Amino acid sequence: MKKSVFMGALTLAGLAAGAAAAGTLDDVKARGKLNCGVTTGLVGFAAPNANGEWEGFDVAVCRAVAAAVLGDSTAVEFVPTTGKTRFTALASGEIDMLARNTTWTFSRDVDLKFEFTGVNYYDGQGFMVPKELGVSSAKELDGATVCIQTGTTTELNLADFFRANNISYEPVPIETNAEAQQQYLAGACDVYTTDASGLAATRATFDDPAAHVLLPEIISKEPLGPLVRHGDHEWGDVVRWSLNALIAAEELGITSANIGEMAAGTNNPEINRLLGTEGTLGEMLGLDAGWAKNAIMVGGNYGEVFAKNIGEDTPIGLARGLNAQWTNGGLLYAPPFR
Amino acid sequence: MSDISFVRKEMLPEKAPPASEVGAIGWARHNLFSGWVNSILTLVSLYAIYYVLAGVLPWILQSSWSAQSLKECREVFEAAYGTTHGHACWGVINERWLQLLFGFYPPELYWRPILALLLLLVALSPVLFADHVSYKVLRFTAIYPFLMVWLMWGGPIWGPISAAMGFVVGFAILKFGTGRMGELAAMIAAVAGAVVWWLLLSGTFSSVMSSILPIAIQSVESRQFGGFMLALLLGVVAIGVSLPIGIVLALGRQSDLLIVKSLCIGFIEFIRGVPLITLLFVASLLLNIFLPPGTNFDIILRVMIMMTLFSAAYMAEVIRGGLAALPRGQYEGADSLGLDYWQAQRLIIMPQALKISIPGIVSTFIGIFKDTTLVSIIGLLDVIGLASAIRADTAWNGIYWELFAFIAFLFFVVCFSMSRYSMYLERKLQTGHR
Amino acid sequence: MTTLTDPPKETFRLSMLLYDTRYRSATIQVIAMFAFMLLAAWLINNTIINLNNLGKEVTFGFLGETAGYDINQRLLDYNSQDSHIRAALMGLLNTLVVAVLGCITATIIGVFVGVMRLSSNWLIARIMTVYVETFRNVPVLLWIVLAMAILIESLPAPRAFRGEDATASMNLFDSVAITNRGVYIPEPLFSRSLGDIHLLGEHALRFDVSMDLMAILIVLALSIFGMRKVSAKANATQAATGDRPKTWHIQLGLLFVPMIVLLVALGFHLGYPELKGFNFKGGTYMRNSLIALWLALSLYTAAFIAEIVRAGILAISQGQTEAASALGLRPGRTMRLVILPQALRVIIPPMISNYLNLTKNSSLAIAVGYMDITGTLGGITMNQTGRELECVLMLMLVYLAISLSISGVMNWYNNSVKLVER
Repeated sequence: MKKSVFMGALTLAGLAAGAAAAGTLDDVKARGKLNCGVTTGLVGFAAPNANGEWEGFDVAVCRAVAAAVLGDSTAVEFVPTTGKTRFTALASGEIDMLARNTTWTFSRDVDLKFEFTGVNYYDGQGFMVPKELGVSSAKELDGATVCIQTGTTTELNLADFFRANNISYEPVPIETNAEAQQQYLAGACDVYTTDASGLAATRATFDDPAAHVLLPEIISKEPLGPLVRHGDHEWGDVVRWSLNALIAAEELGITSANIGEMAAGTNNPEINRLLGTEGTLGEMLGLDAGWAKNAIMVGGNYGEVFAKNIGEDTPIGLARGLNAQWTNGGLLYAPPFR
Repeated sequence: MSDISFVRKEMLPEKAPPASEVGAIGWARHNLFSGWVNSILTLVSLYAIYYVLAGVLPWILQSSWSAQSLKECREVFEAAYGTTHGHACWGVINERWLQLLFGFYPPELYWRPILALLLLLVALSPVLFADHVSYKVLRFTAIYPFLMVWLMWGGPIWGPISAAMGFVVGFAILKFGTGRMGELAAMIAAVAGAVVWWLLLSGTFSSVMSSILPIAIQSVESRQFGGFMLALLLGVVAIGVSLPIGIVLALGRQSDLLIVKSLCIGFIEFIRGVPLITLLFVASLLLNIFLPPGTNFDIILRVMIMMTLFSAAYMAEVIRGGLAALPRGQYEGADSLGLDYWQAQRLIIMPQALKISIPGIVSTFIGIFKDTTLVSIIGLLDVIGLASAIRADTAWNGIYWELFAFIAFLFFVVCFSMSRYSMYLERKLQTGHR
Repeated sequence: MTTLTDPPKETFRLSMLLYDTRYRSATIQVIAMFAFMLLAAWLINNTIINLNNLGKEVTFGFLGETAGYDINQRLLDYNSQDSHIRAALMGLLNTLVVAVLGCITATIIGVFVGVMRLSSNWLIARIMTVYVETFRNVPVLLWIVLAMAILIESLPAPRAFRGEDATASMNLFDSVAITNRGVYIPEPLFSRSLGDIHLLGEHALRFDVSMDLMAILIVLALSIFGMRKVSAKANATQAATGDRPKTWHIQLGLLFVPMIVLLVALGFHLGYPELKGFNFKGGTYMRNSLIALWLALSLYTAAFIAEIVRAGILAISQGQTEAASALGLRPGRTMRLVILPQALRVIIPPMISNYLNLTKNSSLAIAVGYMDITGTLGGITMNQTGRELECVLMLMLVYLAISLSISGVMNWYNNSVKLVER
């Protein structure tokens, strides 16, 4: 009743009222579109290109989920969110999932009532300084002016770090990465601190990247991952296992190049189960048998997505580091598909 | 004795004025160097102008229009001028200007917002070019809001039509009811009738009609709106919808009814007392909490609602100013003709008060239009939001002045021409009340 | 023709509520009140249901929790272990600082430009017009961002002051350093300080009162009181004898001698800023986020004030000036005694709303990272605690209180100026 009331009253604005009460998975299927929250723009992770299409590492996660659920990687509405609006947008049902380099913390999981469905990037907060300052450790930064991005866990980590080491600093809070970069380059702050991936990405676009160094200290753990609303476990499972499918695909050697022949059937039962030629994993999730195949076909496995958006061959040039497969000494470890 | 005096009998030929008093020199002497203070001021300002132009002109002119990325720009400048500083990289505008103007609106549908803008000018022409356009165009003005909604959002034509039907229903009840039940009762019935139509019947009507006669254009979700178009749209919607609300609030504030008056004053002063950004926070964070559970409409509509409330408060004050500027005699004249309150408002007061308020309305529009840039703070991709998003593209990371110069230029052109036009209107509309 | 008869006895009928003008207004009011209360009840009911669904409740307990973040520009002492409410207080004070500074400079620039636009110098008048139109027609958010960018790019970084081949140097005998982080100026220091009084202990609203400052203010007040006494005595002598005794040396002595004695006793000296490590140390400073915001808000609002001043001056008829000169008033006095008081009546009401606008626009401080109340309470605090409803509500109430007090004070002033007319 209430829904129809609003539909009527606001046809004038031509709006589409959505009911968030039912399961998110059914909603997404009924709508035919996935609403995915991303940042308003972060180099390598999410940004619109000249044609208005979103690109980036977080964007790839959204596209993989859309492909798994709807079979179409373009059936995504990207909703740009800020540090302030992201959680409200998710809680109110405006977006179905949030893939916005968001750190998995206790209070966000428990108090704000969200469910983190995994980690797509293991990050940590680092420091970047100009080489000419001759600083080799963050503990030498007594009295420095530090540029930070607000609205994140960064400012709390920073306050904790300097307090723990009993040294003083002067924070310069900044809204966006682009502004921070400008202030840092002009010398308005001595140090720029944010997630190490962001620092590397920022440094890569400098006129003279070699004139800046990343300090060895990583002062926090920042597991970044997609999250969904608390309580809707079916949907949480879909997002979790779509991400795991990408990770497992890399481990199992499935790439966008060979997925066609692998999908025809292999003698590795796990690959067969993952790609839907054996078992009923898709059905258990409430999706088609080819869900994981669709997700992987969008941009390839985790490794390919990484290499394409932020890897060493891109201007951003991030090494795999912690984000290598566990078999290569990293932390990526997809649970078995069984 | 009487012939001592000399009286000239014929006129002397006119002498040319001294060279220092006419032409460029004379003008300069009078207007620029009329005293030592003025001379110093002139020299100082000439230097200031030179200083600014010397800095800005090379930046604008010695620039690159074709580069595909900031890196390429830097290489070009390094090769051509030996330095990467002091030269604009207009390639970013060249590549992204359509996105800055239209946001993510589908490129093949760009004609729709453009058409909507042109039709807006037509709809406003009875006010803008009152001398050349017949008042019959006002009928088109009445249709325009629904047409604009259809053009911008697309979808079946029956949605806007059924929304418009609500007004028709209300108007019909008012027209035929006035004779039977008196004006006030008819008015209440009309409002109730329209509300009933919108809430209960219009949805069915539009879906039935859509299935019978499917006239539809491709629908565009409001999420795809962005860029400069979003600023214009927000401004136009906020002002357009707030005009009737503002009239009601202004009348309420002027009325003798204590409760109505204090409600209106409370609303107006509350909205005017808080910054727009807090209202935008409400739109982005809280509005969904205030509405029934399950209603969920997208952020651009929520922003439109809050912007409308915001501009309604300012509009109410502008119209109140217009009402106050009307001479007392107009009210008394209406009374002496035996018109009741609504007749007097409709036939005598409002037409004049609104006419006086037009410049104020235009400047409110300019203000709202400029304030739409604040939506970038809550994550909407208007021009400023898009500028940040573009700078997050690896190709353009680190670019700054070019984007902001372009945005400032866009706003300046639109706002400046509107303010000039409103000054012209103000002069034209003065019919001797002041 | 007609005879007067008693009006028919009226009995109350229900329809009279609508048709009888005596009851109609009451009916409308009741309906309006009813509708309003229905709307309010509906909104509150929705809010309660929605908050229940989200598992949140409205509490303000989070304000007492540790804030955990630092604020760079602040008037009172604060560290990251203080509570959210104290962080909000810092923000509020920062808002007030930029609003007061902005209103003052906007008025000065605005009046200057407004008068200059009427200048007989063609070039000056044109430049001022260009300034007014450029600033009025571009959004203030852009100006704030651009002002910040200009400060950052054009001023030297502290590291430019360092070393043998320093490219920048301090101004005013090495006492003022203008950098792209902020402006550092000397601060007054007292080697034999009287100390501070800590009011409110460890409370979130605690503040320190410097006894040195109090002593200076008391001595200053006493000096001025003494000067008044001397001057009154001189007036009395003049009234009685017709001769005014020379008192200026006594007055000056009264003003300066006690102050100098006090300052020497307190061990007054200046603490100069000095480049140490990464930054200038010592002295007091103003961060460039504050300067950029202040500059942009002042210049933007000044463009509007200039138009108001110009209109105010133009509104005074030429006859007033002519009448004043006919009375023998000199141009300066004409301006001060005749034109300005009348122009003020036209100028002040729109000026109030510009001051209000400036204060409200100061909420855009988050664009440059100046920690005003929107940046603390409505920014980091809201982000860290996830209490949107409470924070936004408090934020609105704070701004509402500020706006209402500004308009209250200005309206009072407006009324006092109005009396000049009579």
